[in-house]
Amino acid sequence: MNAQQALADLTEISSQIQSAVVFDDKGKVAGSTGGNGDVLARAASELLATAEELKTGDQRLTQLEVATGEGSVFVVREGKTCIAATTGADPTVGLVFYDLKSALRSVEKAPPKRRPATPRKTAAAAKPAARKKPAPRKKKPDAS
Amino acid sequence: MRRSAAAILGVLGGMVAGAALIRRQTAHRERADLYFEDGSMLSLTNGSPGAERLLPLARQIISRTRAS
Repeated sequence: MNAQQALADLTEISSQIQSAVVFDDKGKVAGSTGGNGDVLARAASELLATAEELKTGDQRLTQLEVATGEGSVFVVREGKTCIAATTGADPTVGLVFYDLKSALRSVEKAPPKRRPATPRKTAAAAKPAARKKPAPRKKKPDAS
Repeated sequence: MRRSAAAILGVLGGMVAGAALIRRQTAHRERADLYFEDGSMLSLTNGSPGAERLLPLARQIISRTRAS
């Protein structure tokens, strides 16, 4: 499933989610629910970076929720892929996190890029063009 | 006349007190929860230095996504 389809399913399942975006660690948007995917991805990356600065231990930050009076912002990270979403005020936090993780896991990983085909050496090509025939054995002079 | 003035003042006072209470509750509700790989969680409530950095960013995100 691609990111756009996963987000469409997410917004259909969860009525609490108002907008969402899937992006990678470099900020490249894989899919979004609205036309402001780039803005949301950039701001969510900034939010993640700020939260990373606040942590005290060595553990990796995997998810966060910032709740304000107007609504909440959620970010979930798995590997290099992240999903960010906004909700209204007082969302069901556990449920939103569950839905976001499910959506993130359903996003199909892009297939690895294939290298351009290089001509393979065939068995015939590998052989030297003109192979000399071994010299005929000289007959041993007869002892008699 | 005095009674009606007192009633108006009482209503206004109640409204101000109610607004202050709602504002306080809203401010209390504002927080940032950070979840880590090992299952630990760090909750930053409004007023803490960490939350002071995260909350404006979150407000900005919400206002931008709602505006468009």
